[in-house]
Amino acid sequence: MNPLVKPRLVRLGAGAGYSGDRIEPAVELATHGELDFLIFECLAERTIAIAQQGRRKDLQQGYDPLLEARMRAVLPIAASKGVRIVSNMGAANPLAAAQKTAQIVRELGLPLKIAAVTGDDVLDAVLKGAWLFEETGEGIIKYRDRIVSANAYLGATPIVGALDAGADIVLTGRVADPSLFTAPLIHAFGWRMDDWPALGQATVIGHLLECAGQVTGGYFADPGFKHVPDLARLGFPIGEVAADGTVTVTKLAHAGGRVSAATCKEQLLYEIQDPARYLQPDVVADFTGVEIIEDAPDRVRVVGGRGSAPTQTFKVSVGYLDGFIGEGQISYGGPGATARAGLALDIVRKRLELTGVRTDELRLDIIGVDSLYGNTLGLTVGEPPEVRARVAGRTASIADAWRIGDEVETLYTNGPAGGGAATKSVREVLAVQSVLLPREIVQPTFTFVEI
Amino acid sequence: MRLREIAHSRTGDKGNTLNVSVICREPGHFGHLRAELTAERVKAWLGEIVRGDVIRYELPKLAALNFVLQKALGGGVTRSLALDAHGKSVSSALLGLEISEPDPAGDK
Repeated sequence: MNPLVKPRLVRLGAGAGYSGDRIEPAVELATHGELDFLIFECLAERTIAIAQQGRRKDLQQGYDPLLEARMRAVLPIAASKGVRIVSNMGAANPLAAAQKTAQIVRELGLPLKIAAVTGDDVLDAVLKGAWLFEETGEGIIKYRDRIVSANAYLGATPIVGALDAGADIVLTGRVADPSLFTAPLIHAFGWRMDDWPALGQATVIGHLLECAGQVTGGYFADPGFKHVPDLARLGFPIGEVAADGTVTVTKLAHAGGRVSAATCKEQLLYEIQDPARYLQPDVVADFTGVEIIEDAPDRVRVVGGRGSAPTQTFKVSVGYLDGFIGEGQISYGGPGATARAGLALDIVRKRLELTGVRTDELRLDIIGVDSLYGNTLGLTVGEPPEVRARVAGRTASIADAWRIGDEVETLYTNGPAGGGAATKSVREVLAVQSVLLPREIVQPTFTFVEI
Repeated sequence: MRLREIAHSRTGDKGNTLNVSVICREPGHFGHLRAELTAERVKAWLGEIVRGDVIRYELPKLAALNFVLQKALGGGVTRSLALDAHGKSVSSALLGLEISEPDPAGDK
């Protein structure tokens, strides 16, 4: 794309909606989508904290585990078609991700420039301050010794900088998910960073596309009510964006899925609280004026996003170790299954008391009866043919965590009749909460890596 | 009739807060949906799932409501003991709510 010529239309493709997402839809988009940019969003709230732990063990790690597989699959075709790539697969280590990608690019003999965006890691600043967790109001000081990561949600600016400087591939750590999409638009159309209406509409576009298949019919089907064809070959979305910010959300004609007003509405409101104030690092976006129009099958036009100046803070995700969760499950079937599962749960509760297992919180569920909604909904009619008893407890020690699953397992020979398929597990809890940091503390930048 | 007959829904999570969108299949039912589905009714139906307040936002241009459910994720996705730590299944629970039939001619 010649930087001096403003394009009429920019085509964005979404290549992943989470870290473990399917890979072929991205290859299909790069091949047939006539894309300008292919964007991979791969970093959930907790993923980066897990990645930080990986980096602690090995300084060359800490980026997305599927980075290499995705790059090898998509780079040859992306390079031949001139599709540029933006992704947060850098996770906790964007520089290492860029170096790994450079190695792949060298092997494949591709003439691509690769940039890494850094500056989201603000662990030092967070540990030095008396910040409060946003949701609970608790001071982080109490958690100081257990904090493993602190990453600010960066905006589009460093990505735009890298694209303006000619990067073909931009790898970031934590950035606000929509910014992965707003940045190529700002770069291509030359939108100003104080053009709030444009940035508001760009946020709408990014938000619609960032979860990939969730706008093309994924996470939508409900047999008898909402039909989606060929979900096994679900196509990922394309956003055709005009210079005035009007977007048409579509997909490849031969790919599975569907794009409709309904799929776009569900995705627009996904993970939104006040729709008039969707807080982003570059803008406060307002979705209340958005209109969604089906122009043709699988072609939906979205206009009307607005915006105003952002707040004076960056949101920062703080990851900290928070003890262990031990869990055990066992199944019961046939007549009286629910009663036997209930008896099983009573026994485990008493056994944990008798044997002195210390839990800070204990949860007893019967899967098939009350595991999703508790005793809230009177939806159950009759007895289910099979149920699964589940015990989960929070503990300070890993030994106590294992005791929970052990006490479920011993039900085989010590519990109610007919228990089967017992399983047990323990996981260390890496909890995430947010703090707000003054903007000036966060200093994003980008660097090119050697090929 | 159940809410599912006239609306569809998706759940999203942020920390210990859930949001549940409720979107009319037919935009003409929005007035009916708005009258039926108050924040109080949603809170009462979801019972112990929501430990905090329920706030309702209206999006008339999309014929949709957005409910924000506070303290609904057992302390937050990352530390919850729940089987469905993200609360993904709550949208389906809400669609089971019994509502009165809308006027076949749409909103008056």
